[in-house]
Amino acid sequence: MAFAAKIRQLSLVMAAAGGLALSLTAQAEDTIKVGVLHSLSGTMAISETTLKDTMLMLIDEQNKKGGLLGKKLEAVVVDPASNWPLFAEKARELIAKDKVSAVFGCWTSVSRKSVLPVFEELDSLLFYPVQYEGEESSKNVFYTGAAPNQQAIPAVDYLMDKGVTRWVLAGTDYVYPRTTNKILEAYLKAKGVAAEDILINYTPFGHSDWQSIVADIKKFGSAGKKTAVVSTINGDANVPFYKELGNQGIAATDIPVVAFSVGEEELSGIDTKPLVGHLAAWNYFMSVDAPANDEFIEAWQSFIGNDKRVSNDPMEAHYIGFNMWVKAVEKAGTTDPDKVGEALIGVAVPNLTGGYSAMMPNHHITKPVLIGEIQDDGQFQVVWKTSGLVAGDAWSDFLPGSKDLISDWRAPLSCGNYNVKTAKCSGQNF
Amino acid sequence: MRLVLCLILLLPGLLCAAEVETGDAGLDAAFAQIMDSDFELKAQGIDALAATGHPKAEALLNGLFDGNLRLHRKTDRLVWAVDADGGYAITDVFSGEDLGIESSRKVRKLPINNEVRVRIQAALAALDLNSPEATRRLAAVESMLTRPDPAETAGLKARLAVETDPAVRAALEIALAVVRLGDADAEQRLDAIAALHGRLEPAVRNALQRVADADREDAVRAAASAELVRIDRENERNAMLETLFFGLSAGSVLVLAAIGLAITFGVMGVINMAHGELIMLGAYTTYLIQQAMPTLPGLSLALAIPAAFIVSGLVGIAIERGVIRFLYGRALETLLATFGISLVLQQLVRTLISPQNVPVENPEFMSGLWQINPVLSLTYNRLYIFLFSLVVFAALFVVLKKTRLGLEVRAVAQNRAMARAMGVRSERVDALTFGLGSGIAGVAGVALSQLTNVGPNLGQSYIVDSFMVVVFGGVGNLWGTLVAGLSLGVANKVLEPWSGAVLAKILVLVFIILFIQKRPRGLFPQKDRAAEV
Repeated sequence: MAFAAKIRQLSLVMAAAGGLALSLTAQAEDTIKVGVLHSLSGTMAISETTLKDTMLMLIDEQNKKGGLLGKKLEAVVVDPASNWPLFAEKARELIAKDKVSAVFGCWTSVSRKSVLPVFEELDSLLFYPVQYEGEESSKNVFYTGAAPNQQAIPAVDYLMDKGVTRWVLAGTDYVYPRTTNKILEAYLKAKGVAAEDILINYTPFGHSDWQSIVADIKKFGSAGKKTAVVSTINGDANVPFYKELGNQGIAATDIPVVAFSVGEEELSGIDTKPLVGHLAAWNYFMSVDAPANDEFIEAWQSFIGNDKRVSNDPMEAHYIGFNMWVKAVEKAGTTDPDKVGEALIGVAVPNLTGGYSAMMPNHHITKPVLIGEIQDDGQFQVVWKTSGLVAGDAWSDFLPGSKDLISDWRAPLSCGNYNVKTAKCSGQNF
Repeated sequence: MRLVLCLILLLPGLLCAAEVETGDAGLDAAFAQIMDSDFELKAQGIDALAATGHPKAEALLNGLFDGNLRLHRKTDRLVWAVDADGGYAITDVFSGEDLGIESSRKVRKLPINNEVRVRIQAALAALDLNSPEATRRLAAVESMLTRPDPAETAGLKARLAVETDPAVRAALEIALAVVRLGDADAEQRLDAIAALHGRLEPAVRNALQRVADADREDAVRAAASAELVRIDRENERNAMLETLFFGLSAGSVLVLAAIGLAITFGVMGVINMAHGELIMLGAYTTYLIQQAMPTLPGLSLALAIPAAFIVSGLVGIAIERGVIRFLYGRALETLLATFGISLVLQQLVRTLISPQNVPVENPEFMSGLWQINPVLSLTYNRLYIFLFSLVVFAALFVVLKKTRLGLEVRAVAQNRAMARAMGVRSERVDALTFGLGSGIAGVAGVALSQLTNVGPNLGQSYIVDSFMVVVFGGVGNLWGTLVAGLSLGVANKVLEPWSGAVLAKILVLVFIILFIQKRPRGLFPQKDRAAEV
């Protein structure tokens, strides 16, 4: 086993070395270290490797602009290998051993839940770039991805507006899909959808045999009512899922699938011709027509050395999160996590869709919500957009337990889960 | 109206300026709406376009649907865009003038959404209803049947009056019978129910359900209910057939993955944890061959089968000669050593190719489905892989039972010392047997590349299942592997709709554990002297 561990280490060094080659020359003894905690292997590598590269690019660009507080930034990359407990170990290593000032990382909620106690214990900062289920607000975590009210709820509203009355909620079996579907189920029922018009289905990570589930969806959708699938299927299980949809001839005009975890990156592995018209809800699409976006895509493709590489929503979240952190460090004049954490609230930076995103007191940010349809070239075309920005809501208004909770990390409240009815903070940190 | 809107809202010039000149007033009006950014207006524009009866209307609708119809930004002309080096080769839609090659930024797609797509499909079906080709007429009627629209009734009736093709006539009568279910005259409704006898289309069932629930006349309700009972019985039968097919196809994947292991583990007794990675190597071989000949996915898949056999087989022989032969009889050490090899192979692929999954294309004949009746259809990729697994099984069976190598393999497996005394070079046989098992794993990889993600972790998801199948079937018995694989697949698929995918897996595993307690040697225990030892 020692051999296996060595091999793994070796690969890490190699992976890191490739990306770090540029910044290595600038590595004087005095640098600000930034942790990058993304799986570079395992089932989530398909999504997370790109985010690691995004961070390396952002750090590299910041260094070209002269670094931060007169120092150069240095990325510390580790590979938690899609292994949730390993996330906690690697997070501890980053904070305690490498003394990083902030960590950018995690994709799945289960990995975030795994590192959360570590960040609270060692009091460091985590920027989490992926859409998630909400129901959490930690002093040490900044959620730059979408909360359910910034993605799931608007997407369901859009489909309802299009006459959908029958719903399939399909997800991977872990905390994000389960909580999101719980919120959506409560929301749909509140809107008058009958229980027999909702079909909920969970599959394991990396599920590859979708034939019976897709056939079930087909049957469920042939009852004469307009049906849609809300997919929280995560990771590489999406590829065989969409392939099966195509093979069984389920077109978007019959049963549209709206996905919350499928972006340009996930589609780059499949032929999207049979999928044209299926939907995704995000806060960013590569096809968005904005000067900041063009600039970002150009920088990304030249950094990665491949003009076919795509950009996606979590990349934008890291772009926003990193720039917010830089701005907050400059504002606070230090990288001390407590001071930076305070300075972050209220910071606003440009996003890639032509507006500004601001950090709210509940550690969530403001974003526009976009709905796009898959095109035959693997891109999305925006078919709907919120008129303004939507502020992320940590505690869903549609779940009985969380309706009365609010989060505000400013003094004097300084609480992630303040109950407005009982006027009490539960005291738990998340 | 639109002009007024533009003026009032001061919409950006882009939206209002993109007026196209088509030389036809009707088309101009239709395209004024299609060019709008509002999808509602676009959908109305589609109907207007279809209603113009312009000779190019059908081509224009198809172009909108496929995205070949684009707007040349500079000249505001509608053009046909075809992929070419450096962008699109464009030609004017109306004059046919060749406008050369423009970069993709300069030819704008006319964005459509799902609702507009539905409208285009409906409009095309209405146009096709009077097409001179019977197959297109039939397709049009069938597409209308899936989305019944009262507005189409007149068109259907008019067509039925002149239709001569019997198949199209039958389809038209069905479509009209569905309409007649809503007729004011009870006799007509009863007659319609009789006409729909024997149909399974979901649209027919839904229409009958509405009648059975809400009709005013008892007799009509009863007739509809009786018909519904018959449809549901038919559907149930079809659902069972479908589940059986899903199970067999899932089982055939298990058989493919496990059959190589049935040789290395079953016959030789080597616990080879790197078996999954040998499958993975086969899948990557498919990928690499496809990269070498990107235009011929069908041929590259055919070539990948022998290539994957050779690649995985050679790697297998190297593993046997390099590591395993020093560890015969020490099961635990073999297990650890081969587990190490599996990690090395995974990392090798990660470093040499990519840590990300690689896309393997499905050739044309592997996609799509075979529609047996309106509620039962089989996907081609699963069907071919099921047949392929049977072919692989038969080939392996013949090799083991009918060839010199097979004879030697069985001899060594049964009694090594005796075989050696008879002049069998047991070391060579060991290497070839392991190579054969590994090569079959590679061939399984080719099949899996058509179904699932090809990535460094591909093998890990199959290794446990493979061992499960071999142990369940009875170690050392090829028939056992076949029966065990197929029955586990069917069991999984029968349980899945009832318990969910996660629980189905657990239940199957629990069942196997209990079964092994009762019958430790599996379904088909080997009855020879070697097995007694």
